[in-house]
Amino acid sequence: MLGEMFSYGFMQRALVVGLMVSLCSALLGISLVLKRYSMIGDGLSHVGFGALAIASVLGLSPLAVAVPVVVGSAFLLLRVSERSKIKGDAAIGMIATGALAIGVMVLSLSKGMTTDINNYLFGSILAMSASDVWLSVVLAMAVLILFGLFYRKLFAVTFDETFARATGLSAGFYNMLLAILTAVTVVLGMRMMGAMLISSLILFPAITAMRLCKSFHGVAVCAAIISVICFMLGLVSSYLYNTPTGASVVVANIFAFLVFWSIEKLRGRLAGRNSVA
Amino acid sequence: MSLLICRDVAFAYEGRVVASGIDLDVNEGDYLCIVGENGSGKSTLVKGMLGLMEPCNGKISYGDGLNKNEIGYLPQKNPLQRDFPASVWEVVSSGFAARSLFLTREQRLAAEENMALMRIETLKKRSMMELSGGQQQRVLLARALCATRKLLLLDEPVAGLDPLATREMYEIIEDLHKNRGVTIIMISHDIATAARYATHVLHLRHEPLFYGTTQEYLRSAACQTFVGGEEDV
Repeated sequence: MLGEMFSYGFMQRALVVGLMVSLCSALLGISLVLKRYSMIGDGLSHVGFGALAIASVLGLSPLAVAVPVVVGSAFLLLRVSERSKIKGDAAIGMIATGALAIGVMVLSLSKGMTTDINNYLFGSILAMSASDVWLSVVLAMAVLILFGLFYRKLFAVTFDETFARATGLSAGFYNMLLAILTAVTVVLGMRMMGAMLISSLILFPAITAMRLCKSFHGVAVCAAIISVICFMLGLVSSYLYNTPTGASVVVANIFAFLVFWSIEKLRGRLAGRNSVA
Repeated sequence: MSLLICRDVAFAYEGRVVASGIDLDVNEGDYLCIVGENGSGKSTLVKGMLGLMEPCNGKISYGDGLNKNEIGYLPQKNPLQRDFPASVWEVVSSGFAARSLFLTREQRLAAEENMALMRIETLKKRSMMELSGGQQQRVLLARALCATRKLLLLDEPVAGLDPLATREMYEIIEDLHKNRGVTIIMISHDIATAARYATHVLHLRHEPLFYGTTQEYLRSAACQTFVGGEEDV
């Protein structure tokens, strides 16, 4: 049955890109969650929606338009969120919903529209063309390699930005790197997962892993594994039960979170009982 | 030549001057204690010395082979870090993060040695979340030592610690100063300790009320007003 499932070209493409995106988002999610930057992932996905909509109406390659636009917005959103004086979260909300509205307008105004808005918002497994897959794999590899290369610096900047800056680490550069890698990951994943759901891929694995893992390295390994397993479960169940892929992956992530959260609570209670006894 | 020199330094936030007229010479082997009430400009001066904030007047310079980025810094307690998943080893070795992409063998050995100095070598694999306040401070001090062995800048190192952990922390700092030749700058509002360990005192209330050796400080008017006569050190 699984053999039959992956005999389809579109399923193979979904599997390859989905696994890469799951890995990238899980790893980047740790720093984003800990730095209180998770809003940026959400904002970027909305901007990505607007960019994809415009690209499809103009008949341009979706990734070629969305990647630069979203990376550019990442610069903007980071600037905005670092200057808390002008209410960073409100500004991100304005940019995000603004881009969403523009995307919806563009899509509904264009007569020759072939794809449903629904597909953009909640994802479609058919979205990936063969040429997209190559670009996606190359970009995702770049994200993973950069993350691995700068892992220790990203940890230092995430754990204690003041100390990092005092010892000569350019915190601004690494925050920007984080935002750019997130932007690329969001764009790669959003057509399959949907603009509304892609940021859950950033949040869930990291937060789930943090229930039980208490070191940064442990959280990274655990989040990556959780993310890959949940993606596989979501993909298979969406094929078997004909459910939307993006939503299925998120539901798998919710289950994983509940399991980890229960174990954490149980552990806490057991530890509490032991210390009383 | 001094490690760190401040000449008529002033700092301002959005045009409002919070500290001014600061002259300092920190020499190798000094133990300078910067005292003052909350909001007296101490933490601002720290940011300036670390190069995180530009003075609006005057000049801060570094000498004697010390670079701007070679100050080991122990920050004030940061509530954000309380739930941060990080092992002791990850935090200590992050003191080297600015130097290289990957940890070298020498750095690994130095990190081990610094953990031994702080008496935390048995905690290596433990999570920061599971440690007591005193243990956490020693981990962060080990990280600072990884960044440098020349000059440590300690911002309220004993804030929130119980008396036993406080004493242990002061002893460790004194050991670094006396036996390892580390120059210390410590921010504190604890005059009694300043008098006991420090070689020099800067008393700040937006501008220096006193700057000189500890012996002179104990006889000065600034000291008398701060202590309020309640402590006879």
